[in-house]
Amino acid sequence: MIFYILKRLLYAVPIALGVTLVAFMLVHLAPGDALNAIAPADAPADVIEALKAAYGLDRPLPVQYGLWLWRAVQGDLGTSIASGRAVAGEVLGAVSNTLMLAGVASLVGVLVGCVLGALAGYKSGSAIDRLATVLSVVGVSIPHYWLGLVLTIVFSITLGWLPAMGAGSDGSAAWLWDWQHLQYLVLPAATMSVIPMGIITRTVRALVAEMLNKEFVVALRARGLGEGAVFRHIAKNVAPTVLAVAGLQVGYLMGGSILVETVFSWPGTGFLLNTAIFQRDLPLLQGTILILCMFFVALNLVVDILQPLIDPRMVRA
Amino acid sequence: MKPFSKLPRWLLSIPLALCLHSGLHAETVARYGISMADIPLTTGQPDRGAGAYQFTGHTLYDPLVAWEANISTRPGKLVAGLATAWKPDASDPKKWSFTLRHGVKFHDGSDFKADAVVWNLDKVLADKSPQFDAKQSAQVRSRIPSIASYRKVDEYTVEIVTKSVDALFPYQLPWFLISSPAQWEKLGKDWSKVALQPSGTGPFKLDKLVPRERAELVKNAAYWDKTRMAKTDRIVLLPIPDAMTRVNALLSGQVDIIETPPPDVLPQLKNGGFKLVQNVTPHVWPYHFSTQPGSPWTDIRVRKAANLAIDREAVVKLMGGLATAAKGQVDASSPWFGKPTFKLAYDLTAARALMAQAGYTKANPLKAKVIIAQGGTGQMLSLPMNEFIQQSLAEINIDITFEVVELENLYLHWRSGAKSDMNAGKGITAINLGYVTADPFYAITRFADSRYVAPNGVNWGGFNDPAVDALLDKIRTTFDVKAQDALLAQVHQTMVDQALMLWVVHDTNPHALSPKVKEFVQAQHWFQDLTTIRM
Repeated sequence: MIFYILKRLLYAVPIALGVTLVAFMLVHLAPGDALNAIAPADAPADVIEALKAAYGLDRPLPVQYGLWLWRAVQGDLGTSIASGRAVAGEVLGAVSNTLMLAGVASLVGVLVGCVLGALAGYKSGSAIDRLATVLSVVGVSIPHYWLGLVLTIVFSITLGWLPAMGAGSDGSAAWLWDWQHLQYLVLPAATMSVIPMGIITRTVRALVAEMLNKEFVVALRARGLGEGAVFRHIAKNVAPTVLAVAGLQVGYLMGGSILVETVFSWPGTGFLLNTAIFQRDLPLLQGTILILCMFFVALNLVVDILQPLIDPRMVRA
Repeated sequence: MKPFSKLPRWLLSIPLALCLHSGLHAETVARYGISMADIPLTTGQPDRGAGAYQFTGHTLYDPLVAWEANISTRPGKLVAGLATAWKPDASDPKKWSFTLRHGVKFHDGSDFKADAVVWNLDKVLADKSPQFDAKQSAQVRSRIPSIASYRKVDEYTVEIVTKSVDALFPYQLPWFLISSPAQWEKLGKDWSKVALQPSGTGPFKLDKLVPRERAELVKNAAYWDKTRMAKTDRIVLLPIPDAMTRVNALLSGQVDIIETPPPDVLPQLKNGGFKLVQNVTPHVWPYHFSTQPGSPWTDIRVRKAANLAIDREAVVKLMGGLATAAKGQVDASSPWFGKPTFKLAYDLTAARALMAQAGYTKANPLKAKVIIAQGGTGQMLSLPMNEFIQQSLAEINIDITFEVVELENLYLHWRSGAKSDMNAGKGITAINLGYVTADPFYAITRFADSRYVAPNGVNWGGFNDPAVDALLDKIRTTFDVKAQDALLAQVHQTMVDQALMLWVVHDTNPHALSPKVKEFVQAQHWFQDLTTIRM
């Protein structure tokens, strides 16, 4: 297993390199100019040229990428062109906010998805099954930003129960795990949780319904096992697949949802990426993508490690 | 018998209560949802354009020459800032002498004197100086292009020499803000630390900064200008770039003021008791024509016809009333408007007649490509408005197609000029970009002076009129403001009579206020004075 983990960690290196290279090229292929982030729109040519030199943007692209990479491997992700602040600090601050939001949304999405899916699978063809199917289809199909706006109109504006935006009355830096702050998390987390909830409901439903028709379940029942014990066997067989799907979904959420974070002005990675893309803030974009990529790789690694622990048949070489 | 022994005890407690009240009055707080994605730079020169100066510019800092931004009923004018007087040298008008205000202190307690002015000029213009900050320099260098050199004359006098005689030079100075040299020294000569603990001379101090989330400004009780003391103790700036999120924050009571509410929510805001404030704003939403050879807009009849084909009141209606119909590059109330003979009316008959004279008919329409942005700051409702213009022009046999790009990309096309390959090479003969028209240079000179044709400036279309150039030269050597305004009006008249652009509407910089806001004076400018907010 240790060899397997090391191997997977080594695989992460070319993945990270590939991602940063593609991101770097895409940003340069896209029309626009990184200096728009700092120079006034009518800045004369000499000011633009001086800025290009100051930020190293006058060098050939391979040199720019090489220099960035050299600094990145030493732990320096550079400085945001737009804000002048260290990219590492900017990204880590945003990542912690997104982790908080995505963590709660994942928890809600996975738990509700598993319960709904299991019920639907067990009661296949029943009203509960149809309800779960409708909810999962709605969850997967509904536009995030629309749901966010509707929830805000209902719970913030009409009922006045929850805040409409932000990450706490004093900003995310002063976050505490009390209701005064948690209330800011409710609407964005609920909005974000619907997609994983829908996907996991569908996955669990299909798997449970399939398992119930397997011969080993008939055998378990024939041996006189109660429904609780049968369910434990089914859960154990379903869990590795559900874990893999949930891992992917959690990974997507960790990447931050640009739309949800924008609708709720939540200062996470989605919000940060959105700003960086529009400002062509290359160092910030590169740093954010690299760190998110590492998160995704790490999450998949955790799932791969957990799967054989749940189902020993899946032991890795 | 003891004195007051007959008085009831509760009566005796009144003086005590009054004393306590005066010392412990509740802090007034205004929460302001701003349309930017981040708090603008706090080190001295704000980034994010003219609209950012009201937040971290003229709140924390002062310029030598200020813009009167606390009046809403007429256009503002230049007023004394940290300089009490300024005048050109009679024998050499390139030399300007600035008399500095006595007794002004920075927020950190250090004195404001001539050394601070020179130090700040070095900060943005002298790239070899230790305090040079490329980021601040990038914001302001292009806004103070006339400065050639500067020196301290004495503790309270500074001399600035311009590259050529430039009577409009004082208009450049509200953009140049003075930060504290002592604070920079104290914080280890590190601008990133100064950003968190800035020190200026302005009516507010920065109390708290959480990048991308909030900035809290508190009233500077020791501010030197007692006529401009803040009416609110604390202003919390919250970046909320999404317009609907800003509206939701206002409706739910999380903020008290928001910028640019979207037009379609205005009825809801009004019904909810929220107040809408807007005013004449130095902005115009035009199509800037190319007058380079090969462009169909070189024919003045076509340019005039296009201007006559637009029902501007309908565009204002499309904007929910958050715009005013353009009558030229600047608003008709501007001292630079003049008396153009060509009126921007909606007259399809006259427009079609002009097109027919130019040789364009339904069977032989004029075809042109216009580059537009899909949205962004200053672009208003870009796509619906452009579609409106497209349909209006089709009525007079002008078929336009659009090249739609992001605003950042549009800036590249703009800076390159109409003649460049990226424009003329792609058949683009007009550009739609919202223009700030706050001062003579921004409103008029940069578009009318043939010496500012790209790459030297943003006379995008290549307008070239020797008579206008001569007038602009005369303006540069006319130091009397009234005479200067009259000359600027002459240039503006020519611009309109030549139909240099297709002018559509002016933005009105709308703000929505909760009923808690008792007062907010909206100036006729992008510079707003947050000291006027009263809760």
